[in-house]
Amino acid sequence: MVETQFSPYRKQPRVAVVKFASCDGCQLSILNLEDDLLALGAAIDIAYFPEASSNMQEGPYDIAFVEGSITCPEDLPRILELRQQTTTLITIGACATSGGIQALRNWSDIEAFKQAVYPNPEYIQSLSTSTAISEHVSVDYELWGCPIDKRQLLRVLTDLLQGVSPRIPTHNVCIDCKRQGHVCVIVSQGLPCLGPVTRTGCGAICPSMGRDCYGCFGPAEHVSVQPPGVPPNMTSLAQQFHQHLQLIPVEMVRRFRGINGSVQSFSKESDAWESK
Amino acid sequence: MPGNPNNTRTIKIDMMARVEGEGALNVTVKDGQVQDVQLRIFEPPRFFEAFLQGRHVNEVPDIVARICGICPVAYQMSAVHALEAIFGVEIPPAIRDLRRLLYCGEWIESHVLHIYMLQAPDFFGFASGLDMARVHPDLVKQGLRLKKAGNQLISLLGGRSVHPVSVKIGGFSQVPTKNQLHALTDELRWARDAAVKTLQWVSGFAFEDPEQDCTFLSLRGPSEYPMNTGSLITNKGHHLNASEFEDHFHEEQVPYSTALHCSFQGKSYLTGPLARLALNHDQLSPLTKEIFAETEFPLPFKRASMGIVARSVEVLYALDEALRIIEGYEQPASPSVPVIIKAGTGVAATEAPRGVLYHRFSVNEDGTIQLAKIVPPTSQNQRRIEDDLRNMLPGLLHLSDEETASKCERHIRSYDPCISCATHFLKFTREEVS
Ligand code: SF4
Ligand code: SF4
Repeated sequence: MVETQFSPYRKQPRVAVVKFASCDGCQLSILNLEDDLLALGAAIDIAYFPEASSNMQEGPYDIAFVEGSITCPEDLPRILELRQQTTTLITIGACATSGGIQALRNWSDIEAFKQAVYPNPEYIQSLSTSTAISEHVSVDYELWGCPIDKRQLLRVLTDLLQGVSPRIPTHNVCIDCKRQGHVCVIVSQGLPCLGPVTRTGCGAICPSMGRDCYGCFGPAEHVSVQPPGVPPNMTSLAQQFHQHLQLIPVEMVRRFRGINGSVQSFSKESDAWESK
Repeated sequence: MPGNPNNTRTIKIDMMARVEGEGALNVTVKDGQVQDVQLRIFEPPRFFEAFLQGRHVNEVPDIVARICGICPVAYQMSAVHALEAIFGVEIPPAIRDLRRLLYCGEWIESHVLHIYMLQAPDFFGFASGLDMARVHPDLVKQGLRLKKAGNQLISLLGGRSVHPVSVKIGGFSQVPTKNQLHALTDELRWARDAAVKTLQWVSGFAFEDPEQDCTFLSLRGPSEYPMNTGSLITNKGHHLNASEFEDHFHEEQVPYSTALHCSFQGKSYLTGPLARLALNHDQLSPLTKEIFAETEFPLPFKRASMGIVARSVEVLYALDEALRIIEGYEQPASPSVPVIIKAGTGVAATEAPRGVLYHRFSVNEDGTIQLAKIVPPTSQNQRRIEDDLRNMLPGLLHLSDEETASKCERHIRSYDPCISCATHFLKFTREEVS
């Protein structure tokens, strides 16, 4: 249920769902809130959500959910304008929060990509990088995941509707995995699971399906900071993969350069292994 | 403007609503004649084919899923089949069935989303499924629960419904127990009844767009309604293997779009539910055939708006098929078979909810991808949609620009284009790289 009795908004808050470069999976996760969607539709005013409604209203918006990363020149004025129009801006998903999988281009020559892919590359306007929304405007809350966890989104929205500051947990997948009693896939299968350094949110889906986490919720907090002299968790885990699971440097690069490969704590690791 | 035929008139839709991804339409009319129809796709390219190069084959299912949040299973399926073709992997029947079951889940969630939330509102003049729910709450609730049934199937097999995690070359990382699957049976039975009602409901809609005659393309297998396997057939008598796809289907780039346009022997063609149903209706389940026969619609459907009927038929079939698979399921001893990675090239085509999805991969000795080519259904259909609009527009020009634009938008939407998919692929051949 969507409680609104303590809502700080005088009327139904005006909500926008806006897309940049993405697969639409995070927006779909909103529509996948099947049980709560109608209640949600009654609690908020969906002012702009082109994927779901032809009624597209201009801003200002109380809340905007932003999916997708910034990848082409036209995106820049759009995101600046949206920020000006929006009170609470929330990124949804890896694309918007870290640049997403398409940020793999950041390590490549984009002109070569275009030429490889399009017969007439001059028609294509594209930036050489895919960047997170927060590199361009200030962001109020970030929901990680590829895709986001729809319950997390509902939670944030319900908090806002109640006038509570949303608190998004930041511990690692490993803790959830242990709590649920799954068999550790590093220990039992020798898989290079990123659960120890990946942010919670999914409910430890991969280990529950008998496989390694590939970091789709981005880095957990504190995995890249440690007291002086102690290597950060990320680096220690990488060492373990290398020494005990015999991953060779190119495999290490691929492991840390994935869906959230552009986030600094991951990119530092992949870049370090690339130069080995 | 109407009544002033010596003008050049431009009809524009700047941002199409209720489609996946971002696209626009430009129509130019001169002296009362339609000059140009451009379905403009401005969804930015994400260059999947390029950055797949150098990734390990085992990462491919997780990567290609991200091409489309609505049909990730389709991408995973075409990819693993193409790679398994290289490695000579034989998939045992139980795993084959589970893959089909997973695909059923995706057809259900994708089709039901389109039926209830995207296309049906057009028949009643609502701006969205949520607006429709204000007047017809029970109907929309039925649709959402039906969609959820599809998502539950994917979540059980894949861990979550968007970008499921269990699919791998050789099978799955884990398979469900018999009990886990049987626990879904009651809900799927409810959903099958709801699918019957859905088909009956949409069959009463008014389909008013002009009839069109076009080439239909779909897979066809020896016995089952096509999902994961089959050869490529058309209503014009063609019969091809997936390995011949690129000899017959050509992609070209147009300046106004980030998606490539595909043609078959120089002409537009259509893939997806209308084509599948026209070419494979004899393989539907007895229940689906019976309920469909009651609608008394002749096949093939010649109106794009009737896609909603075709999708409803397929939802009913997918539920019936899912129940059949679950009933006969025996948990395999191992969730996957061993795979020996080697160099080579493999192709596969499977039936995504929106039609034929073609993949070709070349793999290096070390198991990394040398080359990837992906042709999604929407880039195949784009030219067909433009041709269809060109046929239909003369009958609309007496209307105002705004009304014409809205009829066009509705017509495009009835094709269920997935624009996010369409843009991430592109021509990518080895000759061009060098
Ligand atoms: S974060 Fe993942 S699921 Fe969400 S839009 Fe990006 S690619 Fe899709
Ligand atoms: S376990 Fe890791 S990769 Fe898997 S869904 Fe969770 S965060 Fe994503």
